[in-house]
Amino acid sequence: MSEPVIKTEKLTKRFGDFIAADALSFDVMPGEIFGFLGANGAGKTTAMRMLCGLSKPTSGEATVAGYDVYRETDLIKKNIGYMSQKFSLYEDLTVVENIRFYAGIYGLTDKAIREKSEALLDQLGMTHEAKKLVSELPLGWKQKLSFSVAVIHQPKVVFLDEPTGGVDPVTRRQFWDLIYDASDKGMTVFVTTHYMDEAEYCNRVSIMVDGRIDALDSPQNLKKQFSVHSMDEVFYQLARGAKRTAD
Amino acid sequence: MKQLLSFVRKEFHHVFRDRKTLLMLFGLPIVQIILFGFALTNEIKNAKIVVADYSKDFSSRRITDKIEASRYFDVEKNLLSHEEIELAFKEGKIKMAVVFPENFGNDLLHLNKAQIQVIADASDINTATTLTNYVSSIVADYQAQLLVNNSVPYRIMPEVRMLYNPQLKGEHTFIPGMMAMIMMLVCVMMTAISIVREKELGTMEILLVSPFKPMMVIASKLVPYLLISLINITSILLLSYFFLHLPVKGSILLLYAEGLLFILCSLSLGLLISTVSQSQQTAMFGSLMATMLPTLLLSGFMFPIENMPLPLQVISNVVPSKWFNIIVKSIMIKGLGFSAIWKETLIIGGMTVFLLALSYRKFKIRLA
Repeated sequence: MSEPVIKTEKLTKRFGDFIAADALSFDVMPGEIFGFLGANGAGKTTAMRMLCGLSKPTSGEATVAGYDVYRETDLIKKNIGYMSQKFSLYEDLTVVENIRFYAGIYGLTDKAIREKSEALLDQLGMTHEAKKLVSELPLGWKQKLSFSVAVIHQPKVVFLDEPTGGVDPVTRRQFWDLIYDASDKGMTVFVTTHYMDEAEYCNRVSIMVDGRIDALDSPQNLKKQFSVHSMDEVFYQLARGAKRTAD
Repeated sequence: MKQLLSFVRKEFHHVFRDRKTLLMLFGLPIVQIILFGFALTNEIKNAKIVVADYSKDFSSRRITDKIEASRYFDVEKNLLSHEEIELAFKEGKIKMAVVFPENFGNDLLHLNKAQIQVIADASDINTATTLTNYVSSIVADYQAQLLVNNSVPYRIMPEVRMLYNPQLKGEHTFIPGMMAMIMMLVCVMMTAISIVREKELGTMEILLVSPFKPMMVIASKLVPYLLISLINITSILLLSYFFLHLPVKGSILLLYAEGLLFILCSLSLGLLISTVSQSQQTAMFGSLMATMLPTLLLSGFMFPIENMPLPLQVISNVVPSKWFNIIVKSIMIKGLGFSAIWKETLIIGGMTVFLLALSYRKFKIRLA
């Protein structure tokens, strides 16, 4: 058994009296697709920001890619990729300019950047669109490009914050092909989502309610545990007990 | 370092892709100077002046003829005394008086040099400067003609006196003032907008998650606007030299150094605005409020600060443009060196440090 790539122990974040993330403890193994579910305001984003080194935990322990979230945020940042619900591409830059920029800020060499961008364009079938402005691309393409750019430096873990918001099911499915592909290559995928069909695609899911993790297991086991047929129902049963409302 | 380079390159892509904004950034100073320049120079036609020729010799008549021939002047020949001239000024009857002293012709003939008195009403600074410049160039012109016919150089010295405002306070105020305004506008507004845009788009998050240091993000955003501003200073100086015939009397290097400092100050202000605004509109509006109004009203650009009510005079001290205005005037017009403006330099430097520290703190808070 290899070491977990994300490991948290009672990870907590308070804002004054408000406990945004309450003693989160979980492990994520290399190559795993880990779903991070919860209603709006349940604390998903807070937890994710702590793991990305954007926000200091109030208490508890956590390591990402083997580095400590308190002291080694710079090293964590080098080893993770991040894609948010808003597409992280610059619309007024061309496809290839976007690729070069992101590869550039991760410190890839010129040669590596050239090779990477060619391979990436080829893989996405976008060689002809390389010189097009991103704003001219269809939404699904933007999203795929956005993901590919987020993992251009081959991070150990990639964090996806509701990556498929506002996208039709077919495009979503295509997007998940990319995720599987990355996971097959050993990349760990940490994904938050609202869509319960997406939860089914994950190896394991955790469900957050009011800042706590109320359930954590594979989708099959969770369904069995709650004696229901879909993740939708699992989520509904758990979320019904929530005291907090979305803000 | 390489990372910084990719970042700066990307910022330039943004700037150059947006053609309209780019045109505005570079066109603004040119249009402004030409507009202001025309408004200043072409205003004066048929200005009422008095020529008092006590000498009545060949040269004085020739010069008077030349002045009369010019379409800028409406000449009245009248042997007024100094008291009468002053009275005419007070009543606003004349804008300028040209006096040939009694010994003008003799002096020119025997000593090869003579003086003409040129007196102008300097309460209207721009008109006074332009009028006296015209007379001076007419005289210089005549002098050059004399030189063609004679081997001995004649020297006619116009002795210019500015009534009511001898130091010419506010002369060409509009060049330093405009320099301040354009730089404020470009630096503050463009930086604020470009940073807030990253926030709005959500790309700021990505940048913060990358190993790229937040301060580096900011630094590379400032580079293009710093360059654009330096180009703008250059175009303003070139235009004012070739178009308005206003050369830089002091050190150009010092002027650029001070310009750079002021640019940094403006960029920091833009940075601060960007940390407190959530949308591009807010950033734009905030920048306009923080730059245009104070620069126009309180920097001494349009209205002399000395004439303002005390509370406004006090407030004007926190407007960076006011100090920059003084600096540019000192270097460009008065030709003074660093020893004359170190205090103003220190104030702008202090403001820059303060603004930077404040926005750094705000930036940190937002990250936590």
